[in-house]
Amino acid sequence: MKKLINSIDHVVDEALDGMVLAFPQYLVRVPDTHVLARAVPKAQGKVGIVSGGGSGHEPAHGGYVGYGMLDAAVAGEVFTSPTPDQVLAGIKAADHGGGVLLVVKNYTGDVMNFDIAREMAEAEGIQTGTVTVNDDVAVEDSLYTSGRRGIAGTVFVHKVAGALAELGASLEEVAAGANAVIANVASMGFALEPCTVPAAGKPTFELAGDEMEMGIGIHGEPGTHRMKVEAASELTRHLFVKIAADLELVAGTRVVAMVNGMGATPLLELAVMANELGRLAAAEGLALEQVFLGEFMTSLEMAGASLTLLRVDERRLELIGSSCDTPALRQGVKFG
Amino acid sequence: MDEAEFCRLWHLFQEVIDGNKEYLNSLDAAIGDADHGTNMARGMEKAVAACDQPEGGLRVTAKAIAMAMLSTVGGASGALWGSGLLKFAAAIPEAVACSDREFAGAVDAFVSSIRDRGKANLGDKTMVDVFLPARDRLIAGVEAGEALPAIAEVLAEATAAWALETKDLIALKGRAAYLGERSRGHVDPGAFSSSLWFLSLSRALAERSG
Repeated sequence: MKKLINSIDHVVDEALDGMVLAFPQYLVRVPDTHVLARAVPKAQGKVGIVSGGGSGHEPAHGGYVGYGMLDAAVAGEVFTSPTPDQVLAGIKAADHGGGVLLVVKNYTGDVMNFDIAREMAEAEGIQTGTVTVNDDVAVEDSLYTSGRRGIAGTVFVHKVAGALAELGASLEEVAAGANAVIANVASMGFALEPCTVPAAGKPTFELAGDEMEMGIGIHGEPGTHRMKVEAASELTRHLFVKIAADLELVAGTRVVAMVNGMGATPLLELAVMANELGRLAAAEGLALEQVFLGEFMTSLEMAGASLTLLRVDERRLELIGSSCDTPALRQGVKFG
Repeated sequence: MDEAEFCRLWHLFQEVIDGNKEYLNSLDAAIGDADHGTNMARGMEKAVAACDQPEGGLRVTAKAIAMAMLSTVGGASGALWGSGLLKFAAAIPEAVACSDREFAGAVDAFVSSIRDRGKANLGDKTMVDVFLPARDRLIAGVEAGEALPAIAEVLAEATAAWALETKDLIALKGRAAYLGERSRGHVDPGAFSSSLWFLSLSRALAERSG
């Protein structure tokens, strides 16, 4: 295993301090926790937004702490949900009297630990709400399973919930806006190469030179099936068709897209994928309103990508496009 | 069961988890993210420290173990073990010793808790596949007047077999559920670590005389 680390036990701790060192204008670390909170808290009375999960998804989630997005991000060990006491510390940091919305990715561990934390927060008199993101269309939804996973579409939930909170919306309104994103967003990803969890020391799966995993989650787990590597046009089409079917996209539908790298795929290749997306959207007559291109929700050094589409109306498009200022996402800032 | 036995159980569990850390990680690598052993080992290290405080009584000790696991294991395992042990603690007497029936009642509370929170049924390829039948056997044994060490000895063997039987199942809950059919052919790491708890229980009670 070749990793730029000092010791497995201190990876998360040292990375959090590194983030604060690099982005002091945005971030502070809540003492003795794995919580990054805003350096400049939002006004009293506004809804706080907390997200988090296992580490290894950088820039998620600490990179989204700042104006227009999150108030606090809670980091677990690599690919391991944070514990309830840590989430509670995040809730407290984000609480400015207007209630706190928890944005949770639908993974069993995250859901349970955030639930327990929410029970603890309510017991302390902090009003909380939870939204659970389940945008991954690779896995079938079913009453008998834990349902679909939450992956890169979570960033759109942060964006819209954060924008509504800045506007002074109530906890119910922010939760409703977040749930509307969840109802209209779908994602799917693939891996060209696996990643190595530091504590495990070896790749989470192995691929032959011409093989890839389709339908992966964001925790290094294998996908739904293994296949031969195909051209970018075919791979993008594979994701697009599945997502478009899930969202029942028809000609004229307005969408915002995210082409997201999993950690080790160069921007050059992600841009090729974005170009393919443009062709597919044009062929289907979709109105592609905005494309986010880059690394937003990674899986350590996994090679691969995911595609996310969000159906938008005028209002949701405004909230997606509105100003935000965080370490990982800055937009709407005009000079001169 | 007295507090010395209870703490011996957790110390033995810590040792056997640590000894099987890499194996648990490898089971998890096949159908999850390769860290179940690491996470459990990290939690158990903190948990046994709770036992090294003198004479707190069973409930206080169980609660300290629960909080240690809740705040250090992480993931679904940490939430299930931690919140389950809080219910265990609430059900077990405050005294320094309890009857077999009271111990079985506390295990029952633990199992109800993990079922409520995890919403897993028997056969979903989770820790419930070990804990649910083990609870039933434990309660039946106590009702029938069997000695706890004898029941634990039976459970050590039975739970090991139940854990291995998860190999043939398709996961319906937890992260492995996303693999669907591909989850078949691998032992569930949570079920396996749960069977180690019963192995530890058996070893902890083996030293009991009479």
